[in-house]
Amino acid sequence: MTPGTGPSSIQDVTDEWPAIAEIIETITLRAGHNTNMVIAGTTLLGLAAGLIGVFALLRNRSLMTDALSHATLPGITLAFLILGAKSLPVLLLGATITGVLGVLCIQLLLRHTRLREDASIGIVLSVFFGAGIVGLSYIQVNAPSGSGGLNHFIYGQAATMQPRDVVLMGAIALAAMIATIFLLKEFTIVCFNDAFARVDGWPVGLIDLLMMALVVVVTVAGLQAVGLILVVSLLIIPPVAARFWTDRLPRLVIIAALIGACSGYTGSVVSALFPRKPAGAVIVLTAGVFFAISMFFAPRRGVIAITIRRQKLRMKIAGDHLLEFAHDLGETMISRDQYLGFAKLHAWSKTYTAMVGFSLARDGMIERVNQGGITLTDAGVRRGNRVSRNHALWEQYLVSYADIAPSHVDWSVDLVEHVLSEDLVLELESALRKRGVVIPEHTIVGGR
Amino acid sequence: MFFDIGLDLFPLLAAVFAAVSCALLGNFLVLRRLSLMGDAISHSVLPGLVIAFLITSTRSPIAMFAGAAIAGVATVVLVEFVKRFGRVESGAAMGVVFSILFALGVLLIEQAAARHVDLDADCVLHGQLETLVWYSAPDSFGGLFTLQTLQQTPRQVKTLAITLILAIGFVTLLFKELRLAAFDSALATTLGFNATFLHYLLMIFVATATVASFEAVGSILVIAMLICPAAVARLFTDRLGSQIICSVIVALICSIGGYFSATILPSAFGIDAVNAAGAMAMMGGIVLAIAVFVSPSHGVISRVIRRRRLSGRVALDDLLAAIFRATEKGQLQPTRTELQIGFAHANLHRTIQRANHLQLVEPIGTQQVRLTESGMQAASEVVRRHRLWEHYLVEKVGLAPDHVHETAELLEHLPPRPPQGPESDPHGKVIPKGFS
Repeated sequence: MTPGTGPSSIQDVTDEWPAIAEIIETITLRAGHNTNMVIAGTTLLGLAAGLIGVFALLRNRSLMTDALSHATLPGITLAFLILGAKSLPVLLLGATITGVLGVLCIQLLLRHTRLREDASIGIVLSVFFGAGIVGLSYIQVNAPSGSGGLNHFIYGQAATMQPRDVVLMGAIALAAMIATIFLLKEFTIVCFNDAFARVDGWPVGLIDLLMMALVVVVTVAGLQAVGLILVVSLLIIPPVAARFWTDRLPRLVIIAALIGACSGYTGSVVSALFPRKPAGAVIVLTAGVFFAISMFFAPRRGVIAITIRRQKLRMKIAGDHLLEFAHDLGETMISRDQYLGFAKLHAWSKTYTAMVGFSLARDGMIERVNQGGITLTDAGVRRGNRVSRNHALWEQYLVSYADIAPSHVDWSVDLVEHVLSEDLVLELESALRKRGVVIPEHTIVGGR
Repeated sequence: MFFDIGLDLFPLLAAVFAAVSCALLGNFLVLRRLSLMGDAISHSVLPGLVIAFLITSTRSPIAMFAGAAIAGVATVVLVEFVKRFGRVESGAAMGVVFSILFALGVLLIEQAAARHVDLDADCVLHGQLETLVWYSAPDSFGGLFTLQTLQQTPRQVKTLAITLILAIGFVTLLFKELRLAAFDSALATTLGFNATFLHYLLMIFVATATVASFEAVGSILVIAMLICPAAVARLFTDRLGSQIICSVIVALICSIGGYFSATILPSAFGIDAVNAAGAMAMMGGIVLAIAVFVSPSHGVISRVIRRRRLSGRVALDDLLAAIFRATEKGQLQPTRTELQIGFAHANLHRTIQRANHLQLVEPIGTQQVRLTESGMQAASEVVRRHRLWEHYLVEKVGLAPDHVHETAELLEHLPPRPPQGPESDPHGKVIPKGFS
């Protein structure tokens, strides 16, 4: 089968793009009442999930919510079997009951057996879900009337939701959101220091229970739209993505809520426009795109920023070592052989050696002379002197204060000498002087 | 008819093979607290499968396994990556990775379904065990042992049999290395076994078992069988070897019991069969619930019994010591009220009854009690241990004499017979001689 013609190759699986006008209509909420309701509902859901998800993340409960959402399935089937008809509030009530039961089972397993959290969560998740599947198969064969929609709870079916179901979902999400906003302070204190909160007189158990209850409420609300396998990712991904951007809780909450809302909006819009794009999967993938962008491009905690920072620091340290080496030799010029020998001693690769030389030259510490040798500029000499002096100071400190044998200090000093601040150097000097330690003096004391 | 070869043989074989291979591997996941990695992998092999299928346009097992193994390793690597750079706990990192990958898989399946490709998202969850019907099955078990049987065995069952053999080989050949890596991976590394490599190898095997089981029994059963049997076995034993054997037995119970309770039990009540994979997962939960209560070493019931026994022994010791101290003060027959003061337990009456039953204490009238000959011996042993501990805590540990009573009150119940010691305790009281 050649690609592009076969029925099952990737290239062939493309959808017809809807007209531009239709896209704009849907995006700007003019594509009809039902579509708008779904879009508004999932956006609210994303917002609420992002908000409460932050606290679930901070309490290390991310995967407990996964077990919770899987444990809702037997409740849905049981509610349907008992009632014999599909009524969303009743089904969601059943879902809530078994969901909470699942969480309780995890707690009981943790408290009364030697099983760890991971095993307990996995057990509850699979056993409850297995029970739900048994119930579903029973319903499909033995009670076929009107049971068609129950499958939708597994993978979600936002596009075909009834308006009043959407209203119910939106209302639950809105209520959870408002409750979270009102309880922000209480949740914060319990998340960061529950022992302090208890001493300070807060009802920690009650607050914790409320937090868990809101997680349950949001999970159950999202079941029909996103599906029970993926609803948990609405609670997990936005907060984890937001975590890359900030260390402050208020900002974290806001960013997570925005990411959740954007994902919900995009997911429902895309699934309204394209026939075979299930909203749940699209919502999660949108959140995943936000996550990937955050992980790589966030200014301080992103992968790229961290890599650059690390590389810069490594370069600085390697350069410092070279300058210190020159200083300790008492030379301002290093021949090519000496330079390569030094690189070999430190196990630098050829590229790395060249990069160190380049970065030093760029900073104006060295100048290149003929035959691959280098000569230090005044700034380079001063820097080498300072590093060498810091090295000696810290070494003295470790020997005289921290009681480390003189033969053991050199290695740890090599790591610390680059990060000593000016203040710390002054402090070390005065501390050592008080002890009557001879402070290493150098010919040129400059650089500060 | 309980067992119809044509209807039941292959589904049952598939279920047993899948359950046992998952249980074997699951032991190491549970020990290394990686149970949820099994969960994550079983979700995230989905896109691997679909992509492999879309690229090769076949359902050839090799392509499927390659896709699954790549997806499995990618999950582990990505989780590690997110954990390190995202600085989140591993649960959240797993949640992020597997839900994104699973969503990708669902989307790809929908795309494939648009082209009438036979990949069903539902069957990923609960498998197609019921479709493994053998139409030309022999009537009796005797007819099974022919070459024809082998030829007509469905592909899924063959694949699962190979997976089982691989899993058994992996666990038996690398048992020593796996054990070392599970309990002390740093030591494993210093001894020259590459623990990281072993970790990834285990993950590849988990992904392989997952994908082999997918078609037949679905991912629910995979997760349940990875975790439940090993968890049950953990409750029964502390030895890795017996844990593995125990987990295999539990896997057999779950798969066979679950299968029959899904197919035969309902038909006995006149209703149609329910989903077998789900029933097996439920069976896992039931076995675990029973194990939680009845396990002799770690079960709830035995722990309650042990605790009550211990508190009974402590109460008895305390009673004897209290009467002994009263006797020392010249009060040979202390009243119950007097004993109640020095005796913190509310169950004084019950303890006295038990002591009387053991002929350590005899009541005088309704209010007073007295130590018997053997009671005196037992009581002086307790008081001797108490005072020797006090001596030790003051002389050797260096505690102040007025700080040692509470600690000694706890330590006096420890069984070992104390060595010869001094004549008196730090408070100047005589340490009774031991009876030996």
